[in-house]
Amino acid sequence: MAAIHHPGHEHEHHGPPSGIMRWLTTTNHKDIGTLYLWFSFIMFLTGGVMALTIRSELFQPGLQIVEPEFFNQLTTLHGLIMVFGGIMPAFVGFANWQIPMMIGAPDMAFARMNNWSFWLLPPAALLLITSFLVPGGAAAAGWTLYPPLSTQMGMGMDMTIFAVHILGASSIMGSINIVTTILNMRAPGMTMMKMPLFVWTWLITAYLLLAVMPVLAGAVTMLLTDRQFGTNFFNAAGGGDPVMFQHIFWFFGHPEVYIMILPAFGIVSQVIPTFARKPLFGYSSMVYATASIAILSFIVWAHHMFTVGMPVTAQLFFMYATMLIAVPTAVKVFNWTATMWRGSMTFEAPMLFAIGFIFLFTIGGFSGIVLAVVPVDIVLQDTYYVVAHFHYVLVSGSLFAIFAGTYYWLPKWTGNMYDETLAKTHFWLSMIFFNVTFFVQHFLGLAGMPRRVPDYALQFADFNMISSIGAFGFGFSQLLFLYVILKCIRGGAKATDQVWDSADTLEWTLPSPPPYHSFETPPQVSFDEYHVKNVQNVHSK
Amino acid sequence: MNAAQPNLVMLKKLLIVAMVMFAFGYAMIPFYKKICEVAGLNNLLQPDTLVEETQQVDTSRLLTVELDANTRGLPWQFKSLQSSVRMHPGELVEVMYEIKNNSNREITGQAIPSYAPQLVSQYLKKLECFCFSKQVLKPYEVRQMPVQFLIESGFPADIKTVTISYTFFELSSDFASTDVSGETGEI
Repeated sequence: MAAIHHPGHEHEHHGPPSGIMRWLTTTNHKDIGTLYLWFSFIMFLTGGVMALTIRSELFQPGLQIVEPEFFNQLTTLHGLIMVFGGIMPAFVGFANWQIPMMIGAPDMAFARMNNWSFWLLPPAALLLITSFLVPGGAAAAGWTLYPPLSTQMGMGMDMTIFAVHILGASSIMGSINIVTTILNMRAPGMTMMKMPLFVWTWLITAYLLLAVMPVLAGAVTMLLTDRQFGTNFFNAAGGGDPVMFQHIFWFFGHPEVYIMILPAFGIVSQVIPTFARKPLFGYSSMVYATASIAILSFIVWAHHMFTVGMPVTAQLFFMYATMLIAVPTAVKVFNWTATMWRGSMTFEAPMLFAIGFIFLFTIGGFSGIVLAVVPVDIVLQDTYYVVAHFHYVLVSGSLFAIFAGTYYWLPKWTGNMYDETLAKTHFWLSMIFFNVTFFVQHFLGLAGMPRRVPDYALQFADFNMISSIGAFGFGFSQLLFLYVILKCIRGGAKATDQVWDSADTLEWTLPSPPPYHSFETPPQVSFDEYHVKNVQNVHSK
Repeated sequence: MNAAQPNLVMLKKLLIVAMVMFAFGYAMIPFYKKICEVAGLNNLLQPDTLVEETQQVDTSRLLTVELDANTRGLPWQFKSLQSSVRMHPGELVEVMYEIKNNSNREITGQAIPSYAPQLVSQYLKKLECFCFSKQVLKPYEVRQMPVQFLIESGFPADIKTVTISYTFFELSSDFASTDVSGETGEI
């Protein structure tokens, strides 16, 4: 069979225009993936600076650095920026780079729309950040934007609402693109149940996004009309109900937290088999577990609001439904550990982050089960225990998976190996400082320290000081991550096409770095018992 | 461009999903109201019915009920005629409130109750309240209105003082024509 058609010199007229116009007008999935990833990294640092300001204020009791009003704006914007600017765009960046290469498609289904999805993000981010400068400052109602606070604040809240609208539109367009690409553009021979798990998790995530982002858009539209046009959706005096907002918000919000973790599951499911040199223990159980988690995510939203005064029957229902999610999640965790069992493991940086992910995400999952118990939750609601819980699943969960994925695919993307020693140092610094920062917050929460407060009682002082030291360590460790990436882009040992010796998805059959246009003619893929093979490429060797 | 055709079909389908979900967000509002109505939740603005006509009065202890009155964003004077009342659990009492319109325009207001501690709401039964309907006050009109309520005798003995608070809000003109408490509201 003929060698796979890699565009070379004869295709130079297909190359990108140079300069800034390349990035503004690009419809290339690799360029857009790169844009998403850099955007999310900048947002990650922005949200990180806010986090460090928060931790500086909390370094000791009393008010030292910021005004309480500004502190509230910081906690709100830190949450919004990390969720909508940091974690989500990072995963969309991975999707853009990887999905076409992993399923043997030439590009995303709607390349022009793909460009729009990305370029909506910077204006939204700008709206969020500049809202600090308007009279009244940025939104300060918490990232959840609960009324009545959110119906009372100044124009910073309106800017936040518009930003959420724009981010929602971007996410919806991105998901439409991803679903269509995966369903319609797979290479011949790649059936649904042969797709790499990263592709599977993103397919399910994209459906979740399509289902809930419009609901969030509706919720903030209601806020906006309540604020500006005299409607009374959430205004008690006009017959509305503020608790209604919480129901609508969390109908979006709970699937949203799975939107932020399912692609992470996908990355880890690619990394673990590669470095354990064994196929994934149970592929189809992973697919079904992911789908179960996604479906269950729609019937657990009220566990965020156990204290609003709902009937005991409802509390019991949401408690048991929440605990049920532990079952498919455990299927995943056992799958990863069983994959590692008796594997020929090596511990390069992606594997270290993947194992760190499993270890710490499981801790975050356990504290989630604790919080699912109604009587416990009523005590721990809005304490630092909750803060510790969701940072264990979002930082050592989603973010660690993003680190793992970055190190895993960086050699493929750049054509150069990253500096393994520095990357491992980045892992150990992140691992240690993450736990220094957030483990003690469990104790603070159990002792009763409320979240979103700029000042606290004396008995919380020591743990807060430890947590703040850890936060600064964690924050500065990420500069090392930036350095490793820049160093890898600028040069380093040449990466082979295969990069990792038992990685077996389609992208590894492409050169490193891959050509600007890959898989213009779909590859023929076939599968032996364990591995996906690009038949054409194998034969051409 | 035949290859793009299935993609466009998919695009349309997924756009419809997104639009349906946007509408679903709005549909949750009447849906929840119906659920609350059916389940009897959140009926702050409807009179309670006593299950047992003869509530047992626990004469062995006394509760202090503090009466609080506030307005928000409307030029009314609103106060209770007693600042607090002493009562036995299970005993039906009536207290009086007074509102006065300090402006020269007709204003429609709605009172929203709030209880402290929160637990009281399970034991508080209100048979009559000015909050069950909107109040329309002509310029400088003064009105006295009763609240008839009891706190059931099962109320925990360790709580000696409870607060019942009302806040009057102005109803915007488009809402003033409808009755916010729903069909069951009565004067």
